[in-house]
Amino acid sequence: MISTSSLSHSYNSKLRFDFPDISCNAQESLLILGQSGVGKTTLLHILAGILKPTQGEVTLKGTSLYNLNPNAIDKFRGKNIGIVFQKPHFIGSISAEENLYMAQKVATGGADKAHVKSLLDQLQLSHRRTAKTHTMSQGEQQRLSIARALVNMPEVILADEPTSALDDVNCQKVVQLLDEQASQVGAALIIVTHDNRLKDIYSDYVELNNAIS
Amino acid sequence: MNLLRLAWKNIIHNPLTLLLNLILLALGIGLINFILLFNTQLKQKFENNLAGIDMVVGAKGSPLQMILSSMYQIDAPTGNISIKEAKPFLRDGHPLIKKAVPLSMGDSYRGYRIIGTDHSILELYGGELKEGKLWQNLYEVTVGANVAKSESLSLGSTFKSAHGFNDDEDLEHEHGALTVVGILEPTNSVLDQIILVSTESVWSVHDHDHDHEEENEEDSHVGHAHDDHAGHDHSGHDHSGHDHTEHDHASDHSSDHAGHNHDHAEDHSGHNHEHAHDHSDHSGHDHSGHEHAHTDDHRNDMSRAHLLTHADKDITSILIQFKSRTNFQALNMPRNINENTDLQAASPAYEINRLYDMMGIGTKALQWLALLISLVSAISIFVSLLNSLRQRKYELSLLRVLGGKPITLFSLILIEGLILALLGYVIGMLLSHFGMSLLGDSLSSKYNYQFQPWATHGKELLIFGITLLLGMGAAVIPAIMAYNTDIHKNLSVG
Repeated sequence: MISTSSLSHSYNSKLRFDFPDISCNAQESLLILGQSGVGKTTLLHILAGILKPTQGEVTLKGTSLYNLNPNAIDKFRGKNIGIVFQKPHFIGSISAEENLYMAQKVATGGADKAHVKSLLDQLQLSHRRTAKTHTMSQGEQQRLSIARALVNMPEVILADEPTSALDDVNCQKVVQLLDEQASQVGAALIIVTHDNRLKDIYSDYVELNNAIS
Repeated sequence: MNLLRLAWKNIIHNPLTLLLNLILLALGIGLINFILLFNTQLKQKFENNLAGIDMVVGAKGSPLQMILSSMYQIDAPTGNISIKEAKPFLRDGHPLIKKAVPLSMGDSYRGYRIIGTDHSILELYGGELKEGKLWQNLYEVTVGANVAKSESLSLGSTFKSAHGFNDDEDLEHEHGALTVVGILEPTNSVLDQIILVSTESVWSVHDHDHDHEEENEEDSHVGHAHDDHAGHDHSGHDHSGHDHTEHDHASDHSSDHAGHNHDHAEDHSGHNHEHAHDHSDHSGHDHSGHEHAHTDDHRNDMSRAHLLTHADKDITSILIQFKSRTNFQALNMPRNINENTDLQAASPAYEINRLYDMMGIGTKALQWLALLISLVSAISIFVSLLNSLRQRKYELSLLRVLGGKPITLFSLILIEGLILALLGYVIGMLLSHFGMSLLGDSLSSKYNYQFQPWATHGKELLIFGITLLLGMGAAVIPAIMAYNTDIHKNLSVG
């Protein structure tokens, strides 16, 4: 489904990250572990089509991502990649539900109300659907952020440190939720984290160990 | 959830900023439009009422004042002129003059001026009868459309005129109740707000009052015609009480009108004028017989020739149309009159332009102020968009991550600027028209001028275009910044 080959990115002559080749198929999960400063976010952004790597390529559904023009990458990302950020960011002026509609609108130009409703139900957010996001609890915000990643039924879900701020119980819950939802839409799930607790859950993981030269 | 809706939600997300921006913008636009609105309508009023009048002749004084009083029913007349002086202009067959309309002023009814004149005034303003007939006999009046409407006058209504131009019942004339015999069609000119009577009626109303003054005070209260009051302050001037001992009217005028009450008797020695000679019989103020006597034919004669026989009666001014506006002699006529006679002549177009010029200074200052406010509002919109951009960098990056193109973000910010401009425009327009309606009310109660506060003018479209440009100009730099959002950088931090 998604795979990379010989990815490498340099911010400048001194700061260069080389990444191992990875691949993850639909319905599968891949954990990418690494301590701070090894280029986790850089890799995530490269995988998401946000940051063009200096070298190498990302292939998704047979499409080489960075061979597309910038506008097409935005469009492609919107349709095929769902991202759960470390800190949930939302559009503050509109409600929880409207944030999901906005995500649909921007990516596909349409609105699938039934899908939004069922997502809100599954993630126990129905009672908060008209709430402004800044009034929601951290847990609610995280669930909404997952809902948004899923709203366009992506091929790949990228999660950036989804559990680092959570206690063990909630960590477990969130990981479970991500797994469930990813397999429900038939997406590949890639979690990028430094949270070693997740090693116990996922047998399949890649460890990043870029040395900063 | 489209971009427009999102832009709108973003704007109202910050109500205080929105309020500040809108107040500034609406104030600027409102002020600009208000000035334009007022200027346009005032000029329209002035120009509608120019009525092809090339020259106004009246008593010496301020030419602008004479024009304003004679043509626009604003301000007091400069004084009076005698028929003898006016005769050269009023008689038929003047080589340069096409039309000359005599005006006699001094009285009003509920603030509407009563003008003593003949039917030629209708031709100036294109006046036509709506119902009834034109004024002819003594104390018959034909009223303008606005007067009839606002005072609910209909055919057969009677009222008493008041001395001066203020709505003051204390100054009501004892005699000569006026009867409405006709109502004019609206002309959208000054004709709509005046009451027309014969010159004789104006004289007669005042003659009566003075007749009684003479009975009570045996002094030589000569020549105290209505016209002597013109331009004077009459507050507290009680004509009905016949108590004039504290007023020395004789000193108020220099012209010699001795025995004017009997003028017509002398001029028309062939007529039977009993009433003119038996004032002593009028003690007790019973005038029932008196009024009858006044309906003598000659007092109902409105012909120019008849008017001219009253050589030492007064009128206020004459409105004159030239046969040819380009005639050299005609163009020189006002100067000749001013230099060689005791009369004053003025050109309405010239005086009104002078008035515009004088108003122009204030208008210009206000316009600059309005422009300045608009500019400040543009800066305020610019700054608030820029600030919101900084606060919303995650949101904007997010929109990109979700599949939005750079141009989407550009459009979003631009739309926000345009929505602000549109709102500011709408509120500004409402403000300006509302202001105009307030001013119109106050002007109409003061001068009986009617304005159309909700009428639009062509420049409102222009203002709309400029406002949109303003909004766009304020938004374009923030929009470009949004376009260039570096999502990788924004999302890597924190």
